[in-house]
Amino acid sequence: MKIATISSIGQNPGRLLPTPDQIMQLGRGLLLPLAGILVFLFLWYNAAMMINTSLGKFPGPVQVWEQSGGLLAEHRAERQRQTAFIERQEVRNAEILAADPQAQVTIRPYTGKPTFIDQIGTSLFTVLSGFVLASLIAIPLGILIGLNESAYAAVNPLIQLFKPVSPLAWLPLVTMVVSAVYVSDDPAFSKSFLTSMFTVLLCCLWPTVINTAVGVANVSKDLLNVSQVLRLNALTHVFKIIVPAGLPLMFTGLRLSLGIAWMVLIAAEMLAQNPGLGKFVWDEFQNGSSNSLGRIMVAVLVIGLIGFMLDRSMLLLQRGVSWDKNATLR
Amino acid sequence: MHSYLQLSDVSIDFPTPKGPYRALDKVNLNIARGEFVSLIGHSGCGKSTVLNIVAGLHQATTGGVLLQDKEVNAPGPERAVVFQNHSLLPWLTAYENVELAVKQVFKGKKSRAEMRDWIVHNLELVHMTHALDKRPDEISGGMKQRVGIARALAMEPKVLLMDEPFGALDALTRAHLQDSLMEIHADLGNTVIMITHDVDEAVLLSDRIVMMTNGPAATIGEILSIDLERPRKRVELSGDARYNHFRHEVLAFLYERQRKVEDINVATRKRPAGQAEARAAAAA
Ligand SMILES: Nc1ncnc2c1ncn2[C@@H]1O[C@H](COP(=O)(O)OP(=O)(O)OP(=O)(O)O)[C@@H](O)[C@H]1O
Ligand SMILES: [Mg+2]
Repeated sequence: MKIATISSIGQNPGRLLPTPDQIMQLGRGLLLPLAGILVFLFLWYNAAMMINTSLGKFPGPVQVWEQSGGLLAEHRAERQRQTAFIERQEVRNAEILAADPQAQVTIRPYTGKPTFIDQIGTSLFTVLSGFVLASLIAIPLGILIGLNESAYAAVNPLIQLFKPVSPLAWLPLVTMVVSAVYVSDDPAFSKSFLTSMFTVLLCCLWPTVINTAVGVANVSKDLLNVSQVLRLNALTHVFKIIVPAGLPLMFTGLRLSLGIAWMVLIAAEMLAQNPGLGKFVWDEFQNGSSNSLGRIMVAVLVIGLIGFMLDRSMLLLQRGVSWDKNATLR
Repeated sequence: MHSYLQLSDVSIDFPTPKGPYRALDKVNLNIARGEFVSLIGHSGCGKSTVLNIVAGLHQATTGGVLLQDKEVNAPGPERAVVFQNHSLLPWLTAYENVELAVKQVFKGKKSRAEMRDWIVHNLELVHMTHALDKRPDEISGGMKQRVGIARALAMEPKVLLMDEPFGALDALTRAHLQDSLMEIHADLGNTVIMITHDVDEAVLLSDRIVMMTNGPAATIGEILSIDLERPRKRVELSGDARYNHFRHEVLAFLYERQRKVEDINVATRKRPAGQAEARAAAAA
């Protein structure tokens, strides 16, 4: 929409004033969303004034803005402390080594508390791990059951059964299984990470499986005939005909899955205490200072924004790999 | 000695909710090597079914097809098909669409460079070298159909099967492609079975026109040999008495001897019987 606006103005270099048509376009592309946001801020501001909680007034836009500044400042301060710590340690180790080159120096990692920004990083890493693993399972499974009706008949009841299960129901089971199975003295991943990730995985499998299966099952008869006449072997058939033909629906599934993954992750992190955004919200809630609600509200907005950006990235990916450039991508 | 391609007593029953539907009954046809045969008949009589049986996409219920005395029972590139709606893979360019077929047929027989030349050569035959890197949605309907023909020709098929290859095209493009097809047939001497609805097309292109009766249980009604010498020129032929005689013969078969009684049903006939019934029920 915005691109169209800019380019259509560019096509009209002789005129200083945009045509009424262009104004309409500009309005729809830029001004209307802006107006929507302003109205929302106004309503929020006024509603916040009227809500009194045990932690003080509900945070309005201004407080939230201040809190986001505060969170960033905390992050910077923490980073400074970290570099200072590392420098101190390096200096100390250098001194020890200078005195006695044979000495064993210890390098201890910095153990500060994760900042809001760190927590965003953890959340993104967790959600993407879960999502990628889920896709690696879901796409082949979807292709299999899309191609083979017997496999579909066998798997479909299970999909229908597990699809509606809430992440909160999985979580205790996943937690117990991870604790029991993942025993290692030097764990590469923390248990809370694995718990959150597997919960995400279990919940975001299904849209990709179902959409891939539908996409694959509905490949046009003509293309299947072409494949038969050419006597393509099974592998070529799948990779040259089935996968490209199913790609648009596969991506629909992937986008749905990623959306679900992100939603599930926040809930899972709250309960699994994985150091991510969910835990941040939970800790602030338990903390109960006068800033807490504002900080939670910052988290809410950031969660929304990241979810939006994740979806956009999938869309860009889809545009990149899809042959169907004409398909309307929303 | 048997003929090159032989259909003997081909009958087919399609399963429908109301029991088997006999679409074709005892179709017998012998085609010589290099012959150009057209199938003509009213919509829904079973032309595509005949073609699909030769292609191996359908199995005859009784009877069978022999190609060079070998039974046909599965699809294969030696019986290349040009589908009615081009059926190009939309995610591949014109070149890649042909390449897929060439790689499949000439794997291990041609080097990479030879394959490349062969692909370009076949696209040259249909005058499509200017659009090698265009995808199907970037070229016109006629161009797509030409790429479809190039793909089929590139397989060097023993028999070229064409299901209304020019059906969806405007008259000018169609005439142009018919001329190309006549040239290619003259050069390569392919054995061709082509389905058409167009009487002029049938007379202009064919050595023989196979006229089918109406279904159910359709079969071959009459066969007309078109012994006009080649090369044929459409403009000259349009004034030729023999040409007009053949045209008249086909028209007389279609509109007098095989007149469709229930003309209104034409639209619904194209669909499988179950669907047609459902529509009728909905309409009632
Ligand atoms: N898979 C199928 N199942 C059931 N009936 C079928 C099937 N395929 C074709 N038929 C029926 O067989 C008959 C012949 O169909 P076919 O497609 O061969 O006709 P056609 O002569 O090619 O018609 P058109 O000129 O409209 O393409 C039709 O009545 C059709 O309904
Ligand atoms: Mg047909």
